[in-house]
Amino acid sequence: MTVHRRNRMIGDIGAALLSVVLLVWTLLPIYNIIRVSMQDKEEVLSTSVFPVAPSTHAFSVVFRQAFWLLETFWNQMGNSFYIGIVVAFLTLAIGSLTSFTISRMRIRSGWMLTNTALLTYVIPASFLAIPFYGIMGKYGLTNNPLAVIAVEVTFATPYAIFIFQQYSASIPFELDEAARIDGASPPQIFFRIYLPLMAPALVAIGTYALLLSWNEYLYAFLLLSGGKVITVPVALGKFLVGDEAPWNYLMAAAIVYAIPPLIIYYGFRRKMSGGLTMGGVKG
Amino acid sequence: MAVTTTVDSPAAATDTAPLARRRGTFGPDKLWALAFVTPYVAVFVAFVIYPIGYGLWLGSDPASYRALFNDPVYPHTVVNTLLYLLFGVNLKLFLALLLSGFFMRKGWWSKVLLLVFMLPWAVPALPSYLSINWMLNGQWGLINNIIWLVAQVDGPPWLDSPNLALASVIYGHIWKWLPFWTLIFFAGRMAISLELYEAAAVDGASPLQKFLHVTLPLMAGMYLVCTMLSTIWALGDFNAVRFISGGGPALSTHVLATLGIRNAFELGDPKLGMATVLTALPLLIPLVILLMRQLRRNEVTI
Repeated sequence: MTVHRRNRMIGDIGAALLSVVLLVWTLLPIYNIIRVSMQDKEEVLSTSVFPVAPSTHAFSVVFRQAFWLLETFWNQMGNSFYIGIVVAFLTLAIGSLTSFTISRMRIRSGWMLTNTALLTYVIPASFLAIPFYGIMGKYGLTNNPLAVIAVEVTFATPYAIFIFQQYSASIPFELDEAARIDGASPPQIFFRIYLPLMAPALVAIGTYALLLSWNEYLYAFLLLSGGKVITVPVALGKFLVGDEAPWNYLMAAAIVYAIPPLIIYYGFRRKMSGGLTMGGVKG
Repeated sequence: MAVTTTVDSPAAATDTAPLARRRGTFGPDKLWALAFVTPYVAVFVAFVIYPIGYGLWLGSDPASYRALFNDPVYPHTVVNTLLYLLFGVNLKLFLALLLSGFFMRKGWWSKVLLLVFMLPWAVPALPSYLSINWMLNGQWGLINNIIWLVAQVDGPPWLDSPNLALASVIYGHIWKWLPFWTLIFFAGRMAISLELYEAAAVDGASPLQKFLHVTLPLMAGMYLVCTMLSTIWALGDFNAVRFISGGGPALSTHVLATLGIRNAFELGDPKLGMATVLTALPLLIPLVILLMRQLRRNEVTI
């Protein structure tokens, strides 16, 4: 019995130590963002570890757009939101229609569609950036948010199709058959039966697509060259071009930019994982 | 990225029976089906097939490859890419597998810790990578400030030495993606029946033996798929290198993804850029084939 208790104590101490290591590991870069955002210009270039005179100056500069790289900050936030919302909507529309056709209408070429989705899913997106840039020029979509929307929808839809197909496997087929006997057409089944029952998966994938495009840097940087259409990540990237980056402004802007996804992750955590973590490993 | 781990769920298994019973689509239904898949097919043709074809065409000029292989930066870049994949992916996944077991501990503390631990995944990549960049600044960065505070010595110039800069990029990659893979493995472990562990306990198995003989065999397939998928994603990762080391010092920490973009856009040579990226195909194609085969079998979906 005492051996047992001693083992448990060793286990608890080990867990406590590991917890401390994990906390430091996780929080160090995040503490650095907050620390720098509260420094003033001189203190950024100092050897301080803790803020000497924490101020909200950098945040007020961001909110008032009072620095030349932040001149259109709120407009950029708006662009990021706009692109994210449109991407989420299109991903849901295209993904749900496709998965409905494959798994509910049982079309003969369904396996081919599933394979194309798989293929898109496993291609590294950045490898297509170079031809994409050329193609968007041919489509006449340079410096147009639609170009970025098209890219994000392309890379978000395959995952949406997988999740929808898996989720819809739990919806009984008898519902469709009953509706069909009552004379319902495919669009009626889609809108009245399929979509309402898929709500949890729709919420999860909508959030996923929104966050995917909110976080996108490379394509937004390449396809949106300037002026009023750029998104926040592109603007943050521009800070590094100058010699002396104003790190306090950059970090303050980065915090404002990171808040919406944080709210979504932690606010919708249960809904997201409810829709997305089903099943497990095969025995 | 979002998470799913589904394998052989009973719902999916019973579903195939009514499917087989049903008749095929015909008549007006066929038209509806056609209308429903048209948007997806259009997107796939316009934004996947066409770019792939155009990319292959751009990368089909032998002269680009001659220029590429004569570029002194290229051999470094290949080595960096391999090191990044080897250490970044494998360290990350191994740690994630172990940590997922740690988070299975009962009690409020491990739940709270998991919430904090998820932060790197929830924060967008750019702010974090920029922060890591400035944190590792040799002169004014937080890390060297801490080293100075504690030991009164100057820390190493993290981003000014090729090896340390590459290690910093790998660190940033692991930091950012460790929570995601830990959650994946966590979900995998949750699905293992507790009865197996109880039976092992009855037989007198130690925690290590339980891990080796219950957890590991059941998660091996999933671990393999995760390794392949993570390798592909890391191969295409642009942001970590771009914002932590910027490819520097002196172009010594580029990987194929960032060198491709640099050659195409900074040097203004799309053909050279595409050739750079395409030299990853000998690694990418076998991975894609293996992974597609695995995913199609629907054993593990992520």
